[in-house]
Amino acid sequence: MAKEVATRTGLNVVVLERGPARNISQYAAGMDEINNRRVGLIQNPADQTITHRHSIKDPSAPIRQYGAFRPGTGTGGTSEHWGGISDRYLPDFFVLATHLREKFGASRMSPDWTIQDWGITYDEFEKYYWRAEQLMGISGKAGNLRGTLVEGGNIFEGPRQQEYPTPPLTPTYTMGFFHKAATQLGYHPFPLPAANLSTAYTNPDKVSRPGCVFCGYCPGYGCMIGAKAQPTNTLMPVVTGRNNFELRNNCWVRKIVHRKGHAEGVVYMDENGEETMQPAGVVVLSAWTPNSIRLLLLSDIGEKYDPVAGKGTLGKNLTHQVTSGAGGMLVFKERLNLFMGSGAVGYGIADLDGDIKQEVPEKILRGGTFLRGAATGEGPAGSFGHVPKGAAPRSWGSAWKKAAIEHWDRIGPGVEMRGDHFAYRQNFMDLDPTYTDKWGDPLLRMTLDWTDYEMQQMKFGARVANQIIEVIAQVSGAQLVKGGFPVRGDGAFHHYNAGSYSTTHIQGGAIMGTSPEKSVVNTWLQHWDVPNLFVVGSSSFPQNSSANPTLSIVAVSHRAADGLIDHYLKKPGPLA
Amino acid sequence: MKRRDFILIPAKALSGAVLYSLVGDLIPLAAAQESVKVPLRFFTAEEARVIQAACERIFPTDESGPGAAEAGVVIYIDRQLAGPYGKDKYRYTKGPWIQSIPEHGYQGKENPQDIYRAGIKLLGDKFAELSAEEQDQRLEGIEQSYFFQLLHGHTVEGMFCDPLHGGNIGMVGWKLIGFPGPAMSYRYQIDKYYGKTYTAAPKSLEQILRHPVKAVEDEAE
Repeated sequence: MAKEVATRTGLNVVVLERGPARNISQYAAGMDEINNRRVGLIQNPADQTITHRHSIKDPSAPIRQYGAFRPGTGTGGTSEHWGGISDRYLPDFFVLATHLREKFGASRMSPDWTIQDWGITYDEFEKYYWRAEQLMGISGKAGNLRGTLVEGGNIFEGPRQQEYPTPPLTPTYTMGFFHKAATQLGYHPFPLPAANLSTAYTNPDKVSRPGCVFCGYCPGYGCMIGAKAQPTNTLMPVVTGRNNFELRNNCWVRKIVHRKGHAEGVVYMDENGEETMQPAGVVVLSAWTPNSIRLLLLSDIGEKYDPVAGKGTLGKNLTHQVTSGAGGMLVFKERLNLFMGSGAVGYGIADLDGDIKQEVPEKILRGGTFLRGAATGEGPAGSFGHVPKGAAPRSWGSAWKKAAIEHWDRIGPGVEMRGDHFAYRQNFMDLDPTYTDKWGDPLLRMTLDWTDYEMQQMKFGARVANQIIEVIAQVSGAQLVKGGFPVRGDGAFHHYNAGSYSTTHIQGGAIMGTSPEKSVVNTWLQHWDVPNLFVVGSSSFPQNSSANPTLSIVAVSHRAADGLIDHYLKKPGPLA
Repeated sequence: MKRRDFILIPAKALSGAVLYSLVGDLIPLAAAQESVKVPLRFFTAEEARVIQAACERIFPTDESGPGAAEAGVVIYIDRQLAGPYGKDKYRYTKGPWIQSIPEHGYQGKENPQDIYRAGIKLLGDKFAELSAEEQDQRLEGIEQSYFFQLLHGHTVEGMFCDPLHGGNIGMVGWKLIGFPGPAMSYRYQIDKYYGKTYTAAPKSLEQILRHPVKAVEDEAE
């Protein structure tokens, strides 16, 4: 957004970033598991965290050390330490509420679902996907090129106008077994679209980046050569040095100042802890979903959502991608070199994504995608110690040590499902009445739990993933240890677990739509009540997709930039 | 001046004359030395002996290879505890402190330093002098505790961390499992070692970068 505005207009752009400056030259020294585990590129919970409760009847508790998600901080934010998987959302996902009603009938839909259409269609959105893919140089293989299905690509994706900018990443050893097993089961595996370049690439902004070298320090880390698209290597080179662009690090925004439906600027604490007011003609809020929602709440912009009355919009439709996986553990005789890897290398299967086409034992309307048969890079401090059940009497001592040495780098990558998360009346964000951040401002409170429907999704995911992993064992000769891993959807995992990592894909709270009664922003991500405020990010997605969000976030940001530059600046006022 | 305690680390994992840097001190090691005196930052000498003995039962030096004592796991833990992590500088520590559900993770007020001090009391002062069987019995008694969970995790970290953190001395842990350390590229190895074991003498991060790397636990407050 800042890059688009700074390069396409003469306006002065000031970016206020709470975290430190980061650049590519620091990332080689960051290839260390321990430093990364302690601090990494994430927000320090000591300064500010999020509170959680399962329902409005429960007390909230602060997440004292991050569990379920890892919000980034510093230049580039969470997009510095992401994995790089860059698949598009399905066309029907943009009109999900209408689609499900038409396809399955209102009687099959839970009265608690508050899913909504985006207000734009995939066809309108396609060109923004292409811009995002070009910007980052996404490596992949098209499966649906202008309606023609292409073998080897994802034939279940929406039609694309262009082939991917760069070819898929080199497959790693274990991926061969995944591919073989998936094909044997009648599925159509495809290389996951990756923001980790397969080869050198120069994007339309003339920014060149090299191909991925599989160093294995990828998700959770910044890329030391710039092969993984990150704001520091893709956006910063374009804006750095421009007279109309300024990045101020270590500046913590506390409030958006507004009067009579007009944003006047923001109040922030600078690096010396001095409160400063930055006036602005237009304010763009893009601070990772829960932080953006918190700033809107702290600034008293918009009507807070009330889950009991079903009124208000700010904070509603909080979602977190539903994930599940195989409980089976694959034990190989040979070494797998899992320390070599890349954040998005792997295969995906989308045959079961979108609407359920054939009858399944679980009561679900939509399935999910299955990944991926590859390692993203396993360092020994994080991966040592896994042994199949029964290999050692307890998880320490000589017998365990011996078994763990024998099994290290021989336990194959699992199979994981990613599924949609529908929005529910009862899942939302507001301000916590008790806990505060280091400045004394209230923390964001998430009220979120799984329902029986998500349990069914997780069971579906585990069942299919286990089928796949059984065939992987057959084709690879690996030993399959059933129940080697805990499975989501089992009894012990019945509730949303804020303490255990799943993904950082938290969405909603300032959703887009076609009316101010049902959404916080219009489809240009312009705030309904404050036309010179744009709220950009996955906070705008009305529900959570089986596909990972970053590509869609970059695409929707481009559309918001067009709305601001091509429409708003020419005629300031509401765009819808 | 602050009293400084030491822990003895067996030197057999270290070959030749190595200069081992610690809290700014350079300690010359001779091949003939059997052990090296390492100054402690957090533990007392007595506490360090208890932790070293406990780590050695979790990850013993035995016929399958070197263990926690040789890798200097206790040095790793000592530094982690003395640094910002030990004092909970990376955790939300505002009250009210409440008992919550397991899904909210550890909610205790005690920081890692407190947890270790209390854990060492549970193991007993004379823990290091007990027989291996007696030590195992005591550890079994606390297996379910949060202290043991931390100790177990830190032992694995101390075995396999980059040596810049004080553990994995001489990269004994990496050699034990055949991890080559961080590498600037596997672009060609991906194909060349497709289905084959890749072995390379490990190199530490500082060795491949050829410049010092700062450990977060060394950060000044």
